[in-house]
Amino acid sequence: MSDDAVKIPGALSGVGGWLDDRFHGARGVRVLMKKVFPDHWSFMLGEIALWSFVILLLTGTFLALFFVPSTTDIVYHGSYTKLNGIHMSEAYASTLRISFDIRGGLLIRQIHHWAANLFMVAICAHMLRVFFTGAYRKPREVNWLIGIVLFTLGMLEGLFGYSLPDDQLSGAGLRIFEGVLQGIPIVGTYLAYFLFGGAFPGSAIVPRMYIIHVLLIPGLILALISAHLFIMFHQKHTQMPLHGNTEKNVVGQPFWPYFMLKGQAWFFFIFGALVVLSTFAQINPVWLYGPYTPLAISSASQPDWYMGLLEGALRIMPAWEINFLGHTLSLSVLIPFAVPLGLIFTGAALWPFFEAWATGDKAEHHVNDRPRNAPVRTGIGVAAISFYGVLWAEGANDVFADKLQIPLYTITWIARFAVFLVPIGAYFVTKRICLGLQRKDAELLTHGVEIGVIRQLPHGEFIEEARRLTDEEHAVVASKRIPAALPGPGKLDPNGIPEPAGRGPVGWARGVANRAFTESIVPDGHGNGHGEHNGHAVADGEHAAITGGDSGDHHG
Amino acid sequence: MSPEDNEELAGPRRVIGTPSSAPAALDAKPPVPQEAEDYVPTDPADMGRAKVAERLAAVCFLIAFVAGICFIVAYIGLEVGPNNGGNSVVAAMRSNYALGSSLGLALLALGTGSIIWVRHLTPNIEIEEHRHDLKSAPQDRAGFQRDFATGTAITQVTKRPLLRRTMMIATAPLALAPLLLLRDLGPLPGKSLRYTVWKKGTRAVTLGGNRPLRPADMTAPGSMITVIPEGYQDDPDALAKAGVILIKFAPGELHIPTNYDGGTLVSTMNWTVDNIVAYSKICTHVGCPVALYEQTTHHILCPCHQSTFDAANGANVIFGPAARALPQLPLTTDAEGYLVASSDFTQPVGPSFWERG
Repeated sequence: MSDDAVKIPGALSGVGGWLDDRFHGARGVRVLMKKVFPDHWSFMLGEIALWSFVILLLTGTFLALFFVPSTTDIVYHGSYTKLNGIHMSEAYASTLRISFDIRGGLLIRQIHHWAANLFMVAICAHMLRVFFTGAYRKPREVNWLIGIVLFTLGMLEGLFGYSLPDDQLSGAGLRIFEGVLQGIPIVGTYLAYFLFGGAFPGSAIVPRMYIIHVLLIPGLILALISAHLFIMFHQKHTQMPLHGNTEKNVVGQPFWPYFMLKGQAWFFFIFGALVVLSTFAQINPVWLYGPYTPLAISSASQPDWYMGLLEGALRIMPAWEINFLGHTLSLSVLIPFAVPLGLIFTGAALWPFFEAWATGDKAEHHVNDRPRNAPVRTGIGVAAISFYGVLWAEGANDVFADKLQIPLYTITWIARFAVFLVPIGAYFVTKRICLGLQRKDAELLTHGVEIGVIRQLPHGEFIEEARRLTDEEHAVVASKRIPAALPGPGKLDPNGIPEPAGRGPVGWARGVANRAFTESIVPDGHGNGHGEHNGHAVADGEHAAITGGDSGDHHG
Repeated sequence: MSPEDNEELAGPRRVIGTPSSAPAALDAKPPVPQEAEDYVPTDPADMGRAKVAERLAAVCFLIAFVAGICFIVAYIGLEVGPNNGGNSVVAAMRSNYALGSSLGLALLALGTGSIIWVRHLTPNIEIEEHRHDLKSAPQDRAGFQRDFATGTAITQVTKRPLLRRTMMIATAPLALAPLLLLRDLGPLPGKSLRYTVWKKGTRAVTLGGNRPLRPADMTAPGSMITVIPEGYQDDPDALAKAGVILIKFAPGELHIPTNYDGGTLVSTMNWTVDNIVAYSKICTHVGCPVALYEQTTHHILCPCHQSTFDAANGANVIFGPAARALPQLPLTTDAEGYLVASSDFTQPVGPSFWERG
């Protein structure tokens, strides 16, 4: 302890002693206080989601004090005089009351809605960070899976939340939701009738969504966030490949006081930003939409952003439907409902295990990868983003058509092709960019950093001077770890027998995947150049060679 | 190890004019404290800078204080709702701006002050923690296995299959109980999705006005109007299926399906009155109201997912995800000359479902 440490006031120390007498906490809490948190801007993305969730709980509690989850029909006579005398549900009327008759009600409602959008943005950004840096690898697969479940729950929570006010826009969204449920084979109509308590719209859906929205899903999210944080705490955070960071340590600042203070500051910033946004950027002005009636609709009906993918998937589909044996399989509903999200979520959930299988990598990883050093992973990630992005943009095809004066059907046709072609292109372009960046790194390692000085040697040759990388730079640039190659597809041992790992179609597939994963640019470590002032090497001509998986063990 | 030693041993040779490879912050860092007895500085390295930072943070906190007071004043001072005499929308907007900007400023100032505090008023300590293998030591695993096996043996569960199996049987029905209890969430769909409330003689009345229509009320070709079955204007469950659009065509524009046997006209589908045709307003894709009609092309467009139907040709799908034409409601007129249905729809309206066939 430091000499000039603060004297703990008697009262506080008394309380501490009282607690320790009962819970034996001094030792454990001390360890927690000194828990190390590595610092990197991208590590704050998950924290945005966490604080958004806290803000959602706070603002949601306030809204629940005034919101009436009922579809009972009333005639409105309230502050919003434009709707005077109009029939509406109590849910919609109480939303108007929150907006116009409760001081701060409009502000809290808008904070709640903006925070929900930010929550989903932050989860997305956080998941992309975890994916692109390989932070999901052993031992963190379980936390990755929890994250995927949290994202799914967040989507459902948001859908039910913005449907509660029973306004025209959200009612249209519920109608679509009900239509999609009906399209599910065998049990679809039962699901729809059970959820809605009969035919659409009925009177059961608002109170049911309400209890799911305020209790069931938030409870699950809270439990899973707790598990997520506990696991992160227990396994210790990953760190970036910096000088001094190894697989055996974790370098950063202790929880008390640094992380506490920074976390507090970050909470205030996020809350403040949401309040400013909610003050000046109107969101979901339900009073303009009017109460829900089943026969009205407006064009440019878009859901909240995180449902845009499903909306776009519905819009992009051709009219496919199969009728057989007196049954109808509504593919133009089923495919958009199940396939895009199924691909993304199932793919994301299986990816850590697929990667470990393809690379044969069973080691623990605590130092993150730079995205360029895992070209297949980065390529797949960008392909997934572009797949999501095309469908997401297609969800607003009517807005694009209107603003850009492009025919609506043309946009949908472009999207129908783009949804397949863009991800494939994105994969290959990204992979090439990654390998190009690796080439640049290889050059830095062999050649050093050019410092802009050209020197003539006594025999007349010009050379460009370079300095060696600093240790800090070197730690980052040389952080590439390429997994060891497995036997290539169809590779035979000296007796002409396939290697055990490469047998059969599964072995062949593993070999192909492994070759892709182990493709890497390795620096030519023994340059022949003018290295008197350069510790590593200086080479002219080609510094790097591209190698495939079966040429051995590379550690760039 | 002093910073100089560090530079000498591990540091790269520097080219004159390039920045030092060893950042000052790292050098200035105190040794990593491993034990409680290690000296940890509690003051920042640069006390002069700290003084400035302290004042800045204090200014931020004062701003937050003032903004917080403003928030309270705005809450008390700016009334909303019907009793304030003026325009309630303007009042709500004014209150929202005042409350939001003061609260936002207070929070942002608090955040800014906090971050100045932690970044410039604390020493930059970085510590290193060792990671231990997450995998338990072999003896711990073995011990766990032993204890678990012993405990399992004590339960007798492996030795007494009768007990084990009867217990499994005992829990099976109870496992279904939660599902069973959900049964009364709603009625079974049965055949209800196949029918609407339209029946022979039900008058079509305007949505909103509940006014019955005579064919002569739709004079202009190209006009479209939404109608509902009379008497159901306050029944959203009925309306969600029974909404209908009436479209008036110019003579000859509407292609009425005919049935030929060779060259002989067997029948003409006579479901229209005076070139007025009635289609279900519920999209056959996922059930949005098909509300947009373009009279020059006779296209009906669903604004949700852009399924497009050709109104002049039985509302067949010409674009988009809907797989079926909009069902047509057979129209006729009653004794008083009003438009009525001559029956319910002859096929289910709205989205496809498994039992539809």
